[in-house]
Amino acid sequence: MPDALALVATAAGKLTLEGLRLAGRGGTALPGLIALTLDPDFISALAGGLPHGVVCVSGTNGKTTTARMLSDILRSSGWEAIHNRSGSNLDRGVASALLADATWSAEPRGNVGLFEIDEASLPGVVGRLRPRVVVVTNLFRDQMDRYFELDALAKRIGEALAGLPRETTLILNSDDPLVASLALRRDAKTIYFGVDDPSVGGVVPQAISDATRCPRCSSPLHYDRVILAHVGEWSCSNCGLTRPARDVAAAKIVLGPSGSEIVLAGTVGGIFEPLRVPIPGLYNAYNALAAVAAAGALGIGLAEATRALVNFRPAFGRHETVQVKGRTLRLVLVKNPAGFNAAIGALLETGRNPRILAALNDRDADGRDVSWIWDADFEALAPSVEHAVITGVRSRDLALRFKYAGLAEDRMEVVDSSGAAIDRAVALAPEGCEVAVVATYTAMLELRAALARAGMVSPFWED
Amino acid sequence: MDLHIAHLYPDLMNIYGDRGNVIALSQRARWRGIEAEVRPYSVGQWADPDWPDVWFFGGGQDQGQDIVGADLAGKNGAGLRRSVEGGAAIFSVCGGYQLLGHEYVPEVGPAIPGVGILDVTTRAGKKRFVGNLLADSTDGQLIGFENHSGRTFLGTSAKALGTVVVGNGNNGEDKTEGAIQGKVIGCYLHGSCLPKNPWIADQLLIWALARRHGDVKLDPLDDRDELAAREQAIGVARARP
Repeated sequence: MPDALALVATAAGKLTLEGLRLAGRGGTALPGLIALTLDPDFISALAGGLPHGVVCVSGTNGKTTTARMLSDILRSSGWEAIHNRSGSNLDRGVASALLADATWSAEPRGNVGLFEIDEASLPGVVGRLRPRVVVVTNLFRDQMDRYFELDALAKRIGEALAGLPRETTLILNSDDPLVASLALRRDAKTIYFGVDDPSVGGVVPQAISDATRCPRCSSPLHYDRVILAHVGEWSCSNCGLTRPARDVAAAKIVLGPSGSEIVLAGTVGGIFEPLRVPIPGLYNAYNALAAVAAAGALGIGLAEATRALVNFRPAFGRHETVQVKGRTLRLVLVKNPAGFNAAIGALLETGRNPRILAALNDRDADGRDVSWIWDADFEALAPSVEHAVITGVRSRDLALRFKYAGLAEDRMEVVDSSGAAIDRAVALAPEGCEVAVVATYTAMLELRAALARAGMVSPFWED
Repeated sequence: MDLHIAHLYPDLMNIYGDRGNVIALSQRARWRGIEAEVRPYSVGQWADPDWPDVWFFGGGQDQGQDIVGADLAGKNGAGLRRSVEGGAAIFSVCGGYQLLGHEYVPEVGPAIPGVGILDVTTRAGKKRFVGNLLADSTDGQLIGFENHSGRTFLGTSAKALGTVVVGNGNNGEDKTEGAIQGKVIGCYLHGSCLPKNPWIADQLLIWALARRHGDVKLDPLDDRDELAAREQAIGVARARP
């Protein structure tokens, strides 16, 4: 039974939420912030009442998609998840999701918590949620003005995970040395997922490799195969630390323009039907592996999880498609070099010459330092770009990045407003063509607001 | 004509997009018909410290900086000093800038010696300086983004690269940003720096080419995109420091 303080916090938070909804707003953060101010233990008080426990999904890239995939799996298995679907992933976002699905007497109206958690917030939040399962997708450099250094962040996450009870299962990416070694300080159950298909990836380390040194002894890591940045088949010849054995492995991946097919293997047992992931990109294949592994940890079988993903629909800006005047806009949110390179990979895998609408902002939610665009591999993209329309608060930095990557001046143009940029990109693309809309967070919100004003999409918190 | 560019510790000192400086140097050479080659120089015995005309040295994470500091304490640091004496230029940012100075004094523990090419000293500060950085210099304004907790102070042989207008610069106290001493430049400007401050890039090219090709007059480039990007960034820095 929740205590008096939790009841007061619930009432205040819910009133705020109702008020925001009456005003036509989303309410994915403020109600939770108010509840947490009144009762700092609000999250543990409410999450403790969930009979199937809590799943946390964290990491730099892929949190929202992985959590949404898992949400589909849970729903098809008859579970009722309380989930911060909109991607509001600080503690206030978790609290807001709990509020939205709680009764006025502070009882959760669901049986499992599914929370995407900002990787820098994870150390502070995970203890309060006492999760049954923690998924970490990957750790890349991201918004350096906020998180500073990746090694330090990985260390803090490792320490926080080490403090969790033995019953907590970790779901970790075996191919990311920073993530795989999060379990080093723990003696509890860990499920590793990874990509074994030898045709995926190359042998050349990428410019953005963040973890070329062993997380245990700092010696240079050896890579037999590099998949993305520092993700790959890695080992340390000095201390012997090596990529852990995969419990959920992609033995073979076929990547296509609208999705991929994965043949699964590993200690979880194989299935005859391949796992079909209905959104493109190798990174989304990784997200699907993570979701399936997490489902396994909750006792949901592979076949059931695989079936649930067939109809998966992407979240805001995660390869969401919008039809505009006979053209398809594919919205791809980017926020760091690894995410950008993954998005580029998915564009180039289609074999087409992409038409691009690119938008760069530098507000807090985007990361105020735009330096990261110089780490992203525009050099791989530029030779095949058909045309790029460039917009955003820092459009000129982005145009300069394209120029130095070798994109000809007559293949790009800067358009200041979001609405005009969409119009221009659509006008330049022949009917039936696809335009890849690649944008940072607040830039994507602005582009999406322009599309909403034109009646093309619904406001994002409604989906 | 050809240009030899060395990228110092690209595997360890490579955060904050400083790689853009190497891209800017090589592209601005190539656009003028100068053949540019980039080679990495990392931990361990350097094959040929006399090859580079210009070195780039960027910022890194703490772990990287420790390893690099130890590496430069040996033969490689001596090689770098000899190269500068032989006429090579250096452009350094943040951690690289600090390591080119006399020493870095942490909050606790003994001072970590630097290469000593720049007459500057850095000590640890409590508050981290994170934000847009705008400085005036005699050749125009410098624009970038700073992210450092080290406080760097100039000795008498090093001149400030600029005077801070927005942000903190070297130490948040004396309004100086960066250092210039002979053909060696250090600064706290990420961004990347050189694409948006192209005359520094061109000055480095002139210094670098002089080592093997004598005095070179660079053909002018169409820098309208560069200037548009700097104007936009300066506007942001003034509105949102």
